[in-house]
Formats: sequence, structure tokens, C-alpha cells
Amino acid sequence: MEELQVNSIVCIKRVPDSETRVRISADGNSIDRSGVKFDMNEYDKYAIEEAIRRKEEAGEGTVTVMTVGGEDAKETLRQALAMGADQAVLLRAETSLDGLPVAIALSDEIRGREFDLLLFGKQAIDDDGMQVPAMVAELLGLPAATVVVSLEIDGRRAKARREVEGGHEVVEFDLPGVVAAQKGLNEPRYPSLKGIMAAKKKPLEEKDVTLVGGGLELIALSGPPARPEPQILGEGTEPVAELVRRLREEVKVL
Amino acid sequence: MADVMVYAEMRDGALRPVAREAVAAARRLADGLGGSVVALTFGTAGSAEAAKGLAAFGADRIVAVESEELSRYSPDAAVGVIESMSNQLSPAAIVFPASAQGKDVSARVAGRLKRSLASEVTELAADGGTIVVTRPVYAGKAYARMRFTDSPALVSIRPNVFPAVEKAGAGALETIALPATESKTRITGMEQGARDRLDVREADIVVAGGRGLQGPESWGILEDLVEALGPQATLGASRAVVDAGWRPHGEQVGQTGKVVSPGLYFAIGISGAIQHLAGMRTANVIVAVNKDPEAPIFDVANYGIVGDVFEVVPELTEQVRKLRASGS
Repeated sequence: MEELQVNSIVCIKRVPDSETRVRISADGNSIDRSGVKFDMNEYDKYAIEEAIRRKEEAGEGTVTVMTVGGEDAKETLRQALAMGADQAVLLRAETSLDGLPVAIALSDEIRGREFDLLLFGKQAIDDDGMQVPAMVAELLGLPAATVVVSLEIDGRRAKARREVEGGHEVVEFDLPGVVAAQKGLNEPRYPSLKGIMAAKKKPLEEKDVTLVGGGLELIALSGPPARPEPQILGEGTEPVAELVRRLREEVKVL
Repeated sequence: MADVMVYAEMRDGALRPVAREAVAAARRLADGLGGSVVALTFGTAGSAEAAKGLAAFGADRIVAVESEELSRYSPDAAVGVIESMSNQLSPAAIVFPASAQGKDVSARVAGRLKRSLASEVTELAADGGTIVVTRPVYAGKAYARMRFTDSPALVSIRPNVFPAVEKAGAGALETIALPATESKTRITGMEQGARDRLDVREADIVVAGGRGLQGPESWGILEDLVEALGPQATLGASRAVVDAGWRPHGEQVGQTGKVVSPGLYFAIGISGAIQHLAGMRTANVIVAVNKDPEAPIFDVANYGIVGDVFEVVPELTEQVRKLRASGS
């Protein structure tokens, strides 16, 4: 389909890497950030890739990446610029485990901007809320497809497939609309050396924001419940009978 | 108000198992608050008949919205009805299942009502008049205990965590027609997966395979085990084998896949990377089979067998078959 341009806004987040061990701080209210490796949320990479591809296919357009976070989130924005995004916006604030204030801050910034696609990763792997994309869509009065594994755009009409239990739902809507990307949507590119150099010169706008409108307070963080003491039953096929007996009699799951 | 509304999800005119779990969780919360449970269903004509069954799990009032437009999930219709009911009832809380549909609709409702949402909670209770939840964060590497400071408190409950306890409610049934809705987001089709197997988040038993299986052609031994274990069992996979293209992403268990809490989890040839453990450590019973006795998966397993998966798994399948055949 011939398209004049596709403009996208992609909301991203800096999160601890998935291979990181999480330790609770002494105050019980946050995680211990020392020694934790941070990276761009994995699902956001699919969202950025999709925005860049749409722009490349159309031949014209602007990809804006946006995040709510601290000073260190600039590194994540630069990473997105190095992939090929054109400009970045940092809404400087302490992040929160409550998704609503973040959704309000993002939608306040996005309202009034021109765009065709508003993209997100389907969930951030720190708070695992899976809620900000659909919240922003409602706050802006836009259609939304969440957990999207494929996207077709024909003129102003979009058709997405979203992952549900046992299959996929086909979702149709008119642009502008919100798409929350799931793994499988595309194969995200790695930043090239040229891209990394170019990213340093791309515009990065910074604003201080105050997160408001939340209705959830953290009481405390704790570690996961302890597992029972592991029992190694033996080697090879010999302990299989013992395993089946225990599953049946001891824990009664067979 | 102290009432609790609950979104009782239906698919193809039938209640989904997680709908009963959500109603039972809402019942316990309402009992703690001294209120009643109002269950809401969406379906085509006649679906109210299935919705009646929610009385057994504690629904005092069942509002069944029926329309031919509701043969599939309609986000805008659901959000509109929930918004107007919430405005009428001023409930203390609205409970959703944290299913694919429940997570989608709950976040939309949160945006519409401008109320906070606690996703995938594993505990839900009233502490005095305050609603307190526990929810896993960092894929279960930590748990956040949180309190709501505003109402309605919006929560989605993790499937397979809250038992669908039977406790009779008054069960007054009202069938209403769907008010005219402008649908900006339209669900126009459903593509079923290749096999009629349970989703990895909904199965009681998960048989998950990793790199130890050496290639996609080895999955037959896991499929045989799933079949022997019965219809409540399904397949799962580690990130490594999904990234290698051996298995579909829908089966991936872990921090960047699905977080599961089945009754029984078999980790077959899975070494136990941190992100995988995060996705399955809340399983009730974990069985690990791995040739490496030092594999971290053994640290979280209830039972471990050190050995060649190609020998151990077929033997296990055989013994499970015999057990089933003996009728016990």
C-alpha cells in the first residue's frame, strides 16, 4: 500500500535485565539497585522495530520515543535512537509500581501530538503490570490492540492479531491507535555503529513531571516464598517408580 | 459501598474456569467488607443460562448482558457497561480474571474510570475497610504488598491461585440487552491454535522441555507424557528452545514468557536460568529431570532425577500410563 508517511510514538522503559537476581533493599520498599544490570524492556524493542519499519516502508515519518524515568533512562532512550528512532522525550520522575500515574503522565504529554501509531511493549518486566498501554488508549480515547504478534496497515485501517489462550484474536481498528507489542511481532534490529554515532546528535527533550492520580500504595516488598527442601531421588530410570509413588501418595498430584 | 463487582469471563457462551475463581475471590472479599457480589457476564442470547451457575460460587446478583454482537469479546461494549454499573453501584472493588481478555478489559476500565489497577494479584483481602493485595513483581522474583487508597479498587487475579470454592449466593439473575456502543476496537475473528491443548497458564500439569531435548524432533516424548497425564496436562518450553525456533512462543515459561502456577510442573532438560525459575517457581510441585546434577533447576524442585531425558521420560510415561490404566 502506498503511504505518504507513518508517524509513531513509542513508549519505553528501562528495567533490570531478566537474568538479574533481585534483592530487596533494607527499607523493604525498593530493590537493591547495586550490581543490577539495566536494559531496555525486551518487549519495547519489538515496538521500536515496528515503528521504524512502518516509517521505512512508507518512506517518510517520524519515530518519537518517550519514557517516564530517572536520569539514567537517557541511556535507554539513546539506545532507541541508535536503533533508528528520530527523537526522544524523557519525562523525568520517579517511576511507580502503580501504572495509572505513569499512564496519565504519558497521555498528558502525547495529547496534542500528531501520530498514526502509539506503540508500547506489551508489559514491562519489572512491575509486570501489563496495563499502561490500554490505560493510555482510554485516556486518549483511542482504539487499542494489546499483546500483538502481527500488524497489517492498509491506508487508515489496521488489522492486528493478539495472543489469547489457545490461539489468536483478530483485532481491527482505524488509525490513530495503540498497539502493545508481543514477542514475535518482528525481529528487532541491533543498533549499528553508525546508528550509535548518529544517536548522539539526535534531539532528546527533557521535562520534569509529577506523577499524580494514583490510588495504590506500596506497603512492602518481600522475597518469593521459600520452596520445600529439594529431594534428589536418584539417577537414571531406577528412581522413576519412587517418583510416581511420591507424586501419588505424598503430594497427591497424580 | 461495600459491594464487589466481578467480571465473569465467558467464551463461546460458556463460563471460563477462571470466571468461577474470580467470583469465589470476590465472595471472600465481599464477606470481609460486609457487602454483596455482583457478577457480570457478556454473551449471546441464552448465555444467561450458563451465568446462573455463578450463584454456586457466591454471586448474589448476576447481570447477564446478551447481544448477538457479543459472540466475541467486545472491549468497548464491556468497558461501557462496567463503567455505567460502577457509577450506579459505587462498588468497593471490581475483580477481573488475569486472563488474556481480563487483563485487556481491566486496564481499559482503569483508564476509563481513572482508578488504579493491581494486576495478577495472588492475595486479595479486606483489612478493616481497606483493600490489600499481594502481587508478584519482577516475574515473581519479589512480591509487592499494596493497599488501595481509592475506590473502586481494580484487581485482576492470577489464574490457578484462588480456589473456586463453592459458597451459595442469592443468585438473582437479570438479563439485559447491550446498550448501543460505538466500537473503536473490533474483534473480527478468532484463530484457534493448531492443537486443542490447554494454554500453559491454565493447565494443572505442565510438561516443559528445554535444550536438553537436543532438537524439536524430540518433543514426541514430552507429547506422550502429556497424553498419559490426561486432559489437564499441557506442554511448556524454556526460552532457549523458543528462541531457537523449536517451539512456539505461546509455550514459553519465564520472565519474558508466561508465569505459571500449576499443581505439577515437569522441567525436562531445563537447566533453570533465573528468568525461567521466575516463571515457574510458584508451581505447587516441581519435578526436574536433567543429566547435570549441578543444574540450578534442582534447587527449586521438590523431586529431582539425574539422568538422560531420553531414558527417564519414556519410563515415566509408561508408569503414569499403568497408573491411569489401573483406574486409580
